[in-house]
Amino acid sequence: MRSPVLSIAALGKRVRQRITGLGAFMRLAGGILARSGIALRRPGLVSQQVHFIGNYSLLIIAVSGLFVGFVLGLQGYYTLNRYGSEEALGLLVALSLTRELGPVVTALLFAGRAGTSLTAEIGLMKAGEQLAAMEVMAVDPIRRVLVPRFWGGVIAMPVLAAVFSMVGVIGGWIVGVLLIGIDPGAFWSQMQNGVDVFDDILNGVIKSVVFGIAVTLVALHAGWTAKATPEGVSRATTRTVVSGSLLVLGLDFVLTALMFSS
Amino acid sequence: MNSHNANQPIVKFTNVALGYGDFTVLRDIDLEVRPGQVVTMMGGSGSGKTTLLRAATGQITAQKGRIEVFGSDIAHVSGERLRELRQRMGVLFQQGALFTDLNVFENVAFPLREHTRVSENQITERVLDKLEAVGLRAAAHLNISEISGGMARRVALARAVVLEPELLLYDEPFAGLDPISLGITAQLIRNLTDRLRCASILITHDVAESFAIADQVYMVGQGRLIASGTPQALSASQDAYVRQFLDGQPDGPIAFNYPITPAFTKWLEQHTGRS
Repeated sequence: MRSPVLSIAALGKRVRQRITGLGAFMRLAGGILARSGIALRRPGLVSQQVHFIGNYSLLIIAVSGLFVGFVLGLQGYYTLNRYGSEEALGLLVALSLTRELGPVVTALLFAGRAGTSLTAEIGLMKAGEQLAAMEVMAVDPIRRVLVPRFWGGVIAMPVLAAVFSMVGVIGGWIVGVLLIGIDPGAFWSQMQNGVDVFDDILNGVIKSVVFGIAVTLVALHAGWTAKATPEGVSRATTRTVVSGSLLVLGLDFVLTALMFSS
Repeated sequence: MNSHNANQPIVKFTNVALGYGDFTVLRDIDLEVRPGQVVTMMGGSGSGKTTLLRAATGQITAQKGRIEVFGSDIAHVSGERLRELRQRMGVLFQQGALFTDLNVFENVAFPLREHTRVSENQITERVLDKLEAVGLRAAAHLNISEISGGMARRVALARAVVLEPELLLYDEPFAGLDPISLGITAQLIRNLTDRLRCASILITHDVAESFAIADQVYMVGQGRLIASGTPQALSASQDAYVRQFLDGQPDGPIAFNYPITPAFTKWLEQHTGRS
């Protein structure tokens, strides 16, 4: 059996590795932010990434939004019906989506779809000596490769979350109004009166921007630090999904507590 | 851009030792490359040829000695100065290292877009001109996944020369090329060097093609510089190392087998003990 001293040493090593890893992550994040001038000087590089990243995720996010909207419509109706307030279904669907489900589910899907693509792309660029080649060509790969992808992810995320929420509301409307037969006037007017631009929509947008920053950084860092082998790249993509998703859920709790506590 | 004194060597290694961590790959290396010269570095697989190239580009620093590129000690330059020096170099990587998210045209245009402010028309003209030189003008629109390994190497060559640099480093430029491309590529390297008066360092183990175009040949092996001289001098050499390498003989001072290390012996003991 392992001696307690060795176990403590191993624990210490793991803690030190974690702290070093966190330091490296923050350094990379700082490096990306410090070199972000290129995003303004060459906006074409960023818009290309918004297009790629948006394209990667748009279909899955729209379809997921529709089904989440369907489920919200059904579950909301069953619950609200008990209290005879099924007209509030529109409000329930819209608030659930804009405050929580839109940003969170979009970020989780984004980590699984666009995040893994970013990680694999950077990891394979590293394995194929492309990043080394760039450095030898006197081009900083953080500035040229990571910065446009970072801002692409940060811009794409709130747009995708908006698409998710919008399609989700349509899903709720299909189930609530078309299938169950709730009054459409009540459905829309309750939503219009109850959803606040600042409290609900703006907070949702802030959440999705924060999640966009977090997931994109995790994805880029995983690719950047991936071992330049097929196994290394596959491990890095897994790390993107696991760390990205956990970070989103953790940040969601913190942000919700900050935004809606008062 | 600083112009280099035409008489001074563009690359100069003085008593250099190179390696990774505690492990030394090459020691006691002295070499010079002057403008207008094609210099070939030869040696068997794993002899440290690519390590030499990495040292010349500043990707690794010397464990000992001094490496000067364009007159600057590359181990003691600032990041900004290193970038300036690198803008005056063109490097052809062993695997091509083409950017897979860009097509053939954009790969060759990449250094122009990053380092110059020339118009789009000029970029198109210069890129197509370089692609023409490697016989791939009509492949400009293709994605990197659509071209063969040999074509990728030629695209990488076009990209390495598009800025018409003062120093060109080629890592295995002939590997994977068919006989026609091989002859044309060798001639292209010679012509470019003559026309631009640049210095070219060629890393290869292709004896025939490189001897046909080189001014000077350095041969590395056994962790050091084995021989150097003009292709004619080396062809006439009776040195056992040189003869074994040039004639491709299995027996001689250069061992074919990887040397037995303590780590291997330990692994073998564990491995045989397990079975």
